[in-house]
Amino acid sequence: MGTEGLLLKNTIVQNFDLYAPKLVDREEYFCSGHRACQGCGEALAIRLMCKALGKETVIANATGCMEVIATLYPTTAWKLPWIHVAFPNAAAVGSGVEAGLKALRRKGRIADRYVKTVAIGGDGGTVDIGLQALSGAMERGHDMLYVCFDNEAYMNTGIQRSSATPFGASTTTAPSGKVSIGNKTWKKNVTEIMVAHNLSYVATACHSYPIDFMNKVKKAIAIKGPTYIHCLSVCPTGWRCKSEECIKLGRMAVETGAFPLYEVERGKYRLNAEMPEKLRPIRDYLKIQGRFRHLGTEEIDWIQKRIHLEYAKLLNKVAHSKSWEELTA
Amino acid sequence: MAKKVGMEVAIAAAEAVALCNIDVAAVYPITPNTHIAEHLSEIVADGRLDAEFITVESEHSAMSAAMGASATGARSFTATSSQGLMYMHEVLPIASAMRLPIVMAIGNRAVSGPINIWNDHSDIMLERDMGWISLFVNNGQEAVDLFIQAFKIAEHRDVLLPINVNMDGFQLTHVVEPIDFPTQSQVDKFLPLYKPAASIHPDNPVTMGTLGLPEIFTEACKARDEALVNSKKVILQVWKEWEKMFGRKYEPVESYKATGADVLLLTMGSMGETAEIAVDALRSEGVKAGLLNLRMWRPFPYDELKKAVKGAKILVVIDRAISYGGPGGPVCSEIRSALYEEEKHREIVNYIIGLGGRDVKVEDFINMVKLSLKPVKSRPTYEIYGVRE
Amino acid sequence: MKKQWPEKWKEYNLGGMVFDVGNSRTFKTGSWRSQRPVWDNSKCIKCGLCYLYCPEGCVQEDEKGYFTADMDYCKGCGICAHECWPMAITMIEEG
Repeated sequence: MGTEGLLLKNTIVQNFDLYAPKLVDREEYFCSGHRACQGCGEALAIRLMCKALGKETVIANATGCMEVIATLYPTTAWKLPWIHVAFPNAAAVGSGVEAGLKALRRKGRIADRYVKTVAIGGDGGTVDIGLQALSGAMERGHDMLYVCFDNEAYMNTGIQRSSATPFGASTTTAPSGKVSIGNKTWKKNVTEIMVAHNLSYVATACHSYPIDFMNKVKKAIAIKGPTYIHCLSVCPTGWRCKSEECIKLGRMAVETGAFPLYEVERGKYRLNAEMPEKLRPIRDYLKIQGRFRHLGTEEIDWIQKRIHLEYAKLLNKVAHSKSWEELTA
Repeated sequence: MAKKVGMEVAIAAAEAVALCNIDVAAVYPITPNTHIAEHLSEIVADGRLDAEFITVESEHSAMSAAMGASATGARSFTATSSQGLMYMHEVLPIASAMRLPIVMAIGNRAVSGPINIWNDHSDIMLERDMGWISLFVNNGQEAVDLFIQAFKIAEHRDVLLPINVNMDGFQLTHVVEPIDFPTQSQVDKFLPLYKPAASIHPDNPVTMGTLGLPEIFTEACKARDEALVNSKKVILQVWKEWEKMFGRKYEPVESYKATGADVLLLTMGSMGETAEIAVDALRSEGVKAGLLNLRMWRPFPYDELKKAVKGAKILVVIDRAISYGGPGGPVCSEIRSALYEEEKHREIVNYIIGLGGRDVKVEDFINMVKLSLKPVKSRPTYEIYGVRE
Repeated sequence: MKKQWPEKWKEYNLGGMVFDVGNSRTFKTGSWRSQRPVWDNSKCIKCGLCYLYCPEGCVQEDEKGYFTADMDYCKGCGICAHECWPMAITMIEEG
């Protein structure tokens, strides 16, 4: 392949919405040799996100699986400039990075070109311990994308329950037992909390829909202001499923409505095309994961009803929400 | 001769930081250092300083944001006290491990339980082992001088460590003092632009904040410790430069009427100035008293201390913090440990005073010296002076 | 000067930074796997999904447009075989 062809390819990637795997940027910004489990959905999601971000990015990462498996001194899987400080402060560090880059560029101390700040964290580091920093950073309006890689528990420390753990999942701190169903609370809807922060762009995504995810990342970084993407990341180790079913499970989470794909652009809710006309039964999704194996018919029926309720709430918003422009017209 | 202005010390500190042309300030308010942040934000709002002022939502985020900014190569600043300092405690050692030259102003305030907003040193005493350079100031002029010096010390290639400058909350931060401000051109000459050794930017990407396995952690600690210990050379160098430029001298251990003294008071912070008056009074009575003022807390000035205490029979160490159930006030424990190797042991008496903002008076110092001179069979390892029993 | 791992304290990078970005490639995770993917090019439709879905990023395209996994890094997770529409990839037990 001659260099002309490669140049053309770069232009295609930059100017088009991605629609085919073969048009994706071939550069690996998250390199092989990282120590994630085999079949790690989060590692895949990070790899895809980096392809969509491109070179002109600085990443601030919270403590978690991705930080531990990728940056074991003296190696690093990251090709992008990257900083990790502690667990609850990815968004706060990101705020500092964004402000630092802004000030330095304005004062002429670094190159005069736009560099995007992206803060990333797991569900624990975003939804629980990191919620304060996230809320503060989004409220202050830093020009930053925050991506939460949600594998629905504190996977790095041994599969403990987080507020993003779904109802009925067995985790090591909320295990299923003779008198317990496992996790007793419904998954915290952080996406809605982010919508309430008046962000221009909030979206849910999943690595099982890679083109959709990458397009969402591209859309988010094009906006000059705070944006948020919540990416479901399948963890075969923690969800106790087969490593090869990683992609399939992400798809099923979306098709059953357990994790609907939608975007909220300037107040307008929109379901993504990947959402099916009719939701698949939740039983199909639950039964192939070891963390739900203990659930009986009664519990599954309850979950099914609740899934339908949550989806109905979302459909209601999709049908009736108006964008900010429509409301002020 | 430049004209001295009367200014509240916290405001003056903000002016000094502004003179240093910082790039990012990330501050969360906590009494008594709020005036620093408030005035700094006014300076930014008026356009006198081109900086990003992040009004963070907690002190933990304040330090995290300052670290993020410093990692990009921006000159970063934050300020806090007591509970706020403790809230950011988790990231303090990371700042020094990652060698980020952040400058922090601490308005020393008592640590809660019961909640108390007034001055003592209990907050900074919790951060002894965090790997930061720690300096103390006694008056407004010193505050202004040390903030400007702090950036130069921290950003020096052989140092690259965060530094905190300690001012007694309310006792110092809220008093109006005469300040001789350096001019902007003088500061620009003294303090060059920050050129980071490495920064997170696509032009030269690096990974900062890696995981350290047991195989390497000890070496990482050694590297940090060496950096902190060797920073003393740079601090002394910077102080020498300052003396040349501005005529004001700074030393790790400063002495007042210590030559030929039989009994030496050792203080840290602004109460040292009160102690000087007590020393004068004692000397006029015929008591051969002197004062040592500890300016450099970390790295600990072993050599200077050993030299300064020579000849004195009794050392009265005044602590402004208590280490519950411990072997003495924090400063005294370290002094005792530093002087342990001496051939001739001198008597070291420890008084804890001024907790939670209680006033430390001239008479108190005079009494403490006189009490320490009284021959007694045994003394407790530490004594809280002035507690009502 | 080539550094030996683990390093002496003087050799430890400033602040524990890693300057050689992407050097995780020195750690060959291929030794982890118990099964490996094998491509049947006669069935392959060259869609590139196996390349896209690999968490390791070790599936590479050759000059003809077919794909193969870099055995230095392939952990044998089986995602590529599971997702391949024409079922051109099979997982075989590592020898």
